Amino acid sequence: MKIAYSWLQEYLDIQVSPKDLGEKIERSSVEVDSVTRPSDGLKKIVVGKIMSMEPHPDSDHLQVCQVDVGDDDLSQIVCGAPNVATDKKVIVALPGSRIGGNVKIKRSKMRGVVSNGMICALDEIGFSKDVVPKEWADGIYFLPDDAKIGEPVFPYLGMDDYLIDVDVTPNRGDMLSVYGVARDLGAIYAQTPKLNHPHVEEVGTAASDKVSIEADEDLAPIYKMRIVENVKIQPSPRWLQIKLWNAGVRPINNVVDVTNYILLKYGQPLHAFDYNKVSGSTIKARYAQKGEKLTTLDEAEHDLNEKDIVIADDQKPIALAGVMGGLNSEIDDQTTTVAIESAVFTPTLIRKTAQRQNLHTDASQRFERGVNRGGVEEAADAAAQMMHELAGGDVLKGIVTGSSYDVKPVVVNITLSRINHILGTDLSLDQVKAIFKQLGFGVTLDGEKYTVTVPTSRWDIHIPADLVEEVARIYGYDKIPSTLPSGPTTVGALTERQKLMRDSRHVLESLGLNQAISYALTTDAKAKQFMMRESAETHLSWPMTADHTTLRMNMISGLLDDVAYNNARRVKDVALYEQGRVFYKDSEDEVRPSEHEHIAGAVSGQLVVDPLKNAKHNAIDFYQLKGIVEKYLNNLAIKGDIEFIATDKYPEMHPGRTADIFIHGHYVGFIGQVHPSVAEAYKINQTYVFELDLDALIEMPKDMNQFEPISKYPSITRDVALLVDKSVTNAQVLAQIHKRGGAYLKSVHLFDIYDGKNLPGGKQSLAYTLTYQNPNATLTDDEVNQAFEKVQKTLVSELGAEIR
Amino acid sequence: MTLRDDLEKIRQEREKNIKDVGDLKKLDALRVELLGKKGPITQALRGMRNLSADERPKFGQFANSVRDELQSAIETRRDELKKALLNKQLQNETIDVTLPGKPVAQGQPHVIQQIIDQIEDLFIGMGYQVLSGPEVEEDKYNFEMMNLPKDHPARDMQDTFYITKDILMRTQTSPMQARTLEKHDFSKGPLKMISPGVVYRRDTDDPTHSHQFHQVEGIVIDKHVTMADLKGTLELIAHELFGDRFDIRLRPSYFPFTEPSVEADITCFNCGGKGCAVCKYTGWIEVLGAGMVHPNVLEMAGVDSEVYGGFAFGVGPDRFAMLKYGVDDIRNFYLNDVRFLTQFSKKG
Ligand SMILES: [Zn+2]
Repeated sequence: MKIAYSWLQEYLDIQVSPKDLGEKIERSSVEVDSVTRPSDGLKKIVVGKIMSMEPHPDSDHLQVCQVDVGDDDLSQIVCGAPNVATDKKVIVALPGSRIGGNVKIKRSKMRGVVSNGMICALDEIGFSKDVVPKEWADGIYFLPDDAKIGEPVFPYLGMDDYLIDVDVTPNRGDMLSVYGVARDLGAIYAQTPKLNHPHVEEVGTAASDKVSIEADEDLAPIYKMRIVENVKIQPSPRWLQIKLWNAGVRPINNVVDVTNYILLKYGQPLHAFDYNKVSGSTIKARYAQKGEKLTTLDEAEHDLNEKDIVIADDQKPIALAGVMGGLNSEIDDQTTTVAIESAVFTPTLIRKTAQRQNLHTDASQRFERGVNRGGVEEAADAAAQMMHELAGGDVLKGIVTGSSYDVKPVVVNITLSRINHILGTDLSLDQVKAIFKQLGFGVTLDGEKYTVTVPTSRWDIHIPADLVEEVARIYGYDKIPSTLPSGPTTVGALTERQKLMRDSRHVLESLGLNQAISYALTTDAKAKQFMMRESAETHLSWPMTADHTTLRMNMISGLLDDVAYNNARRVKDVALYEQGRVFYKDSEDEVRPSEHEHIAGAVSGQLVVDPLKNAKHNAIDFYQLKGIVEKYLNNLAIKGDIEFIATDKYPEMHPGRTADIFIHGHYVGFIGQVHPSVAEAYKINQTYVFELDLDALIEMPKDMNQFEPISKYPSITRDVALLVDKSVTNAQVLAQIHKRGGAYLKSVHLFDIYDGKNLPGGKQSLAYTLTYQNPNATLTDDEVNQAFEKVQKTLVSELGAEIR
Repeated sequence: MTLRDDLEKIRQEREKNIKDVGDLKKLDALRVELLGKKGPITQALRGMRNLSADERPKFGQFANSVRDELQSAIETRRDELKKALLNKQLQNETIDVTLPGKPVAQGQPHVIQQIIDQIEDLFIGMGYQVLSGPEVEEDKYNFEMMNLPKDHPARDMQDTFYITKDILMRTQTSPMQARTLEKHDFSKGPLKMISPGVVYRRDTDDPTHSHQFHQVEGIVIDKHVTMADLKGTLELIAHELFGDRFDIRLRPSYFPFTEPSVEADITCFNCGGKGCAVCKYTGWIEVLGAGMVHPNVLEMAGVDSEVYGGFAFGVGPDRFAMLKYGVDDIRNFYLNDVRFLTQFSKKG
């Protein structure tokens, strides 16, 4: 809401600049989005008087005006506005001026006739079209006759005022009014704002003769009405129009403007009906009925819901209660009798209606946050009196009440020690008492206990904690000391699980992978790719976009999106890992998925980018990524054998280049190349990936580091080269060697693979180094030879190997 | 010519010869020639027996001195030659030190992870536990137990991805407040906890909005925890993450789960507090929300709000990273462009 500095000055003695005032509001009450002047950025826009005019020789709508702008000579300005007229004082943008939209005005020629500037309409000098009064919407604006020629126009239009745009939090609905802000500033600056209260001049006839009201108290806890007769509809005086347009409200006429003015001033939304358009004399506040429709003032037709609250006459709805009036009871130029509604509607119902009908108005915004229930009558009185003064109306006697209740101030008790205990301050009894008084609260003191009576204008305060906040913000957060919690010492440490998760990240980073964070919400199709187990999908009930509808059940698809993003930008070398959650459901019936930590990687192009190497030859392959996974698993010190077993079960993976990973017989994940057709669908280059169940890895027993003495005795090695069928795997060979290796076989290493030329078809050559060592004695050649012999024989007999 | 004269002549001539030898082999040959068994000195010493007993010691002394002299000249020359040889070798081995180093593999933690780790470490040092909660939450924990009943207007502040009426993607890490409060045994000491994690909002992704982002929630509940403690703690976060010259200021705000509620601003990174376009000429930038835990939140979790109380805060690592490094589009954090990710590799 935009609050005018000058309006606040009517009630308070403000000694600080508008900017400082905005800062103070922000530090003590609510956020301030900006402090601006409507004239900011405008210059050389002055009052001019059209002395004479004649039609443009080459145009049927342009007028050539001679304008007095305060210089010795008249200024010739060409104007195309339909309402241009002599003797009128107008807004003149001089040559060299700057008008709305940062447009510069120069001396120019219009169809051959010199024009020294421009005569402006309101929207041309920065007014939003939404606030320009209808009578000025299609032409230039006429300034008051006493405007001084040659002077800047800004003061005449309220454009030199400062507007403080407050962004009010949901709890501070009271700050959505000038009175509310003035009260809070009163508390901040220890002043009592000079707020005026209306005195209504009534005529003899009773309003209750004209109208009766039936209001459902669940919908409208308070519903009151005043009747004003014999109004003369016309534009409002300029001071009122200025107040409205500076607050972003379009001036309409002297009756509607009064209701909006009261809304801005008191925060109480009002609605004015044309009494004569209402059928019958009973007004109801009720739920809408099935099939009812209402066209609101904005000319939009609404199909009403049975939970919407309407104001209705004896035939039809005439307003969407608390949101917007109906077109069928609108105030127009012929209106003579006005029914002013001042009410309180149930916030949640208004909120729902506004959402349902997608109609958020100044009124609904205030009803949603609540209004001052103690100010309903005062607002009606003030409005009626103003209609008397501005529209010559006769205010009928009394207020007609449909529903009402005795609004009582809230009483809250709190002790000084409690306040100091929560704030960490050392405030005195008098300091706190003064703050409560500045806020306009009633306060009595018994020992150190305050009994605080909160006026209805602060309906957000109910409990002691609310009072603590009031004290804190008025006292000033800057003055609160800075300390750290003092109580008993607690131990802070990561849990084993958290440590392992951190270690996992560090290890993969040290192995060359960059941490990625991808979206957990993805498409249906991607969510169920690369699945490590069966699971039902978890869908959002109302997604925002088609790209993010379903919770992921794998990490790889997100990483492939990342690879695609990089590849599309010609970044070919991508090495990523991600640690995060996947979401599984055992069945469709389960509503809430279980969450599992996974860790996955994707590498495309070169892991280590070396421009001196051939990029293609240096590109990632299965074995390089396998090395990373092995190193990672070793680093986690997982106890048990790690096995890689070929698999073709993942439809998204290369069937001949994928392995399931087992630790001690337990499935923990997989590794391999992304299937070429899947890669094509993702628009990515050849990519290798792995995904591991991190929860499982964390749970697995760990190998403690243990010192193993380094043998004093030398080791002996033997090399063996085998010619075997290509179908024989390294794992099979190793298994045989270990089976017959003997007590002193310490390790086996593959050192050569050859399947090229000079070998019989279908054969490959594998060469291994076997290392023997006795930890307690020096091995003899004989011992080693015997053991080696056994291994060779086994390989020949079990695997059909030819020893080369 | 006496023997002595012979030797003297040899010494003079040969010393010069030694200095002229150009390589080690020739020097060795010369050494054998001069000092070997057949060399002139040995010969001269042999001829000593023809001298008188008086002359013998003197001559012996002289001959030995000549031998020592020649020997030392040879050694000196040998050292010289060796050194020259080594120098030549070193010269041949000279490389272009400006050629690039051999690349090694090294990955980086994500910039948001770096900030989360920093926050975790800071709070672990102050005795906080780190807890993580579910990303798919119950309405009860995400909203109701945070003092946001079903029709609360503040729910509009957070657009929520619902899965069912009661199950949703958590919109904040605050549900961990309720979850830990429910479980904590206060007879065993205060509750000091932070909870980092991913949160989700029903937002359209643009430079300043992301449907997925991060939060770190913090809460301290004990018998005497004050707003001043909150202020001191928030200052510590600012100093740890940004540096000591950054100040914190508190402003009133509103969160349903805290009362009083504050918004914390930090000194503008761009202008250092002088005022600039980034901070809308205020010198301050809003970075986090905090407050004293609302008594309703405590009571709903079964904690006596008359006895226990404390503060809670919520920090946005995404926002911190954007401010700290001048990242102008939040989507960068989730697109994982390698060129973006690898920028944040500086330690310290
Ligand atoms: Zn700044």
